[in-house]
Amino acid sequence: MRTILKLGAALGLATSWLPAAAALNVFVCEPEWGALAQELGGDKVSVYAATTALQDPHRIEARPSLIARIRSADLLVCSGSELEIGWLPLLLTQSGNSRIQLGTPGYLEASQYVAKLEVPTVVDRALGDIHPGGNPHIQTDPRNISKVATVLEERMAQLDPADAATYHSRAKAFLERWRGAIARWEKEAAPLRGVPVVEHHKAFSYFINWTGMREVATLEPKPGIPPTPSHLAELLDLMKSQPAKVIVYSSYDSPQAAQFLSERSKIPAVMLPFTVGGTEKAKDLFGFFDDMIGRLLGAVK
Amino acid sequence: MVKKKVLALAASAALALPLVARAQSQDEVQALRDRVDQLEKRVTDAEQAAAQASNRPAGENALNPAVSLILNGTYGNLSQDPANFKINGFVPTGGDVAPPNRGLSLGESELALAANVDHLFRGTGIFSVSSDNSIEVEEAYIQTLALSYGFTVKAGRFFSSVGYQNQIHAHAWDFTDAPLANKVFLGNQLSDDGIQLKWVAPTELYFDFGVEVGRGRNFPAGPEGGRNKNGFGLSNFFTTLGGDFGTGTAWQAGLSYLSTSPQDRTYDDVDSTGTPVTNSFTGTSKLWALSGILKWAPNFNPTERSFKLQGEYFQRRENGDLAFNTATPGATQTGGYASTQSGWYLQGVYQFIPMWRVGYRYDRLNAGSTSIGLVDSGALTAADFPILAKYNPTRQTVMVDWSPSEFSRVRLQLAQDKSRSDATDNEVFLEYIVSLGAHGAHKF
Repeated sequence: MRTILKLGAALGLATSWLPAAAALNVFVCEPEWGALAQELGGDKVSVYAATTALQDPHRIEARPSLIARIRSADLLVCSGSELEIGWLPLLLTQSGNSRIQLGTPGYLEASQYVAKLEVPTVVDRALGDIHPGGNPHIQTDPRNISKVATVLEERMAQLDPADAATYHSRAKAFLERWRGAIARWEKEAAPLRGVPVVEHHKAFSYFINWTGMREVATLEPKPGIPPTPSHLAELLDLMKSQPAKVIVYSSYDSPQAAQFLSERSKIPAVMLPFTVGGTEKAKDLFGFFDDMIGRLLGAVK
Repeated sequence: MVKKKVLALAASAALALPLVARAQSQDEVQALRDRVDQLEKRVTDAEQAAAQASNRPAGENALNPAVSLILNGTYGNLSQDPANFKINGFVPTGGDVAPPNRGLSLGESELALAANVDHLFRGTGIFSVSSDNSIEVEEAYIQTLALSYGFTVKAGRFFSSVGYQNQIHAHAWDFTDAPLANKVFLGNQLSDDGIQLKWVAPTELYFDFGVEVGRGRNFPAGPEGGRNKNGFGLSNFFTTLGGDFGTGTAWQAGLSYLSTSPQDRTYDDVDSTGTPVTNSFTGTSKLWALSGILKWAPNFNPTERSFKLQGEYFQRRENGDLAFNTATPGATQTGGYASTQSGWYLQGVYQFIPMWRVGYRYDRLNAGSTSIGLVDSGALTAADFPILAKYNPTRQTVMVDWSPSEFSRVRLQLAQDKSRSDATDNEVFLEYIVSLGAHGAHKF
């Protein structure tokens, strides 16, 4: 027993570096909220993103490194709507951190503040891994980003009143730039209106809704169920009668299914950044939308 | 309020219409069209928000805990009768260590309920119903939510934090049955009634330290059900380290020390004439457990491919008295007992395409040294303690499983089990495991 205590003490000392001593430690489940927190907080926040654009946020392991980071967080920002249900509850109960539990100001579920699409009227696992609260991938509509920015700014100010003025002015400046960008994107994305699209997963429903594209099918036979040969064969038939103009898959999806359908149907397949960091150009939130629109315009031309 | 907003938007859209007639240029017409489109979209959005608001669950039901039910069943084909299962060289644990039945049988059905109790506590209850219709409380505990500084307290019945696999529910194991080491040192899986305090360090490298004390209701404590005394019958100290290597490998290493003082911990054996006897141990039992886990997936995205390496090493020292033939009055003899025994396993599971995994496990136990006072003094012979005769059991296991979704799994497992000193058991298991209801979250 004494040995364990000694060992524990030694390890404790050896590893006692703390996360950056910024005013506010922000733990985000997905990179888009990290990028947003950084825009609003600047050097007043230290942001840690639990996932990258190359990971499927539905399937994340509750790794020790994530528990270690959430342990010291002051603010938690996640998409919510059960997107993280397979791992976040575990991180929360293991964290020993009361500041970011459900019901505290440190817990922010972004999807609560936007109008959700695809809220199922029938909930049954036979329909796949559906989210009873609606589609959680809200980050692909820039108008949702503005809504979350407003809430996030308030939370940051509430948790760190000393820097409230900074958060407010940064948020104001960001939202103004963002409004301008939305107007520009809407103009740029005009040719996408009505364009039929096949998605890998319903990852871009909000983008499709925003730009007025039309989803005709998904490569997944059911949400969360990987594409099967028989389903792809059906899609190939469907493409003959109702051809889509583009097939999209996200930065974390395997490209195989999209390429399979693309080669046989002669419909271009394009990888879209699922979030910030999904492609080289998607360095920040602005780049994320620039690149999504750019890639789609390039494909449907 | 939402309705009002919809009306207002509709009204402004209507007002915009006469303006179209007066529009001078094509550009202006286009601009107005865009505006109408935008307004339409806003109306749709508002309607959707209103619909969502009305969809909110209402009534007492809305606060029901998350419920999930695990169902599983096996088909077993074994060359040896599982009813005669024993692990030679080691004291029988009285635990549920035998492999699944021959032929078709239902496994343990597990019902789990969990919810936040209030802003301070979370409660979890997991009940298992065996195929023989007996109900067991597998885990039932409360856990603090609102302690800070990395502290968590857990109280109730829970799987002890000894080693790695012991804390994981059987349905989430990578093989149908437990490693041999878990069978002989922990009676398959150790759960106790107790209290646990755990602290997570504020470091980037994951480090925790914890202590738990319990009633000692199961092996290696004894007697079964726990001693009738104040205080506690079992204590366990544990620490875990963990982190990431690069952008695809996560690791965790754990060390724990379980100590208990069993009193009249009985087990059944036969004497040198083949007559059944009951023997009992009183003394101290101390168990070290060292575990290591390595999980790899490209970019930490296990959807396509992943690999998991898991290994544990246990070492147990027992010291005290062993009483022979306690069931027959007058025939009981008592002498000293001391043993140092160990065991380990190493297993790897590789997901090579979505849904499909293959795995291999190697088990080995070292009977080590056991000295029995009654044998050393010549009062009895080693043949009077056949189960304790030195023997090093081994087992090799391979499996392949298919998980069409996160909620179902079908597994084929083959094993060559040399737990018995006198026979090799060749085992084939075909198993299904499904989970209904709330989406569970699995530990690392």
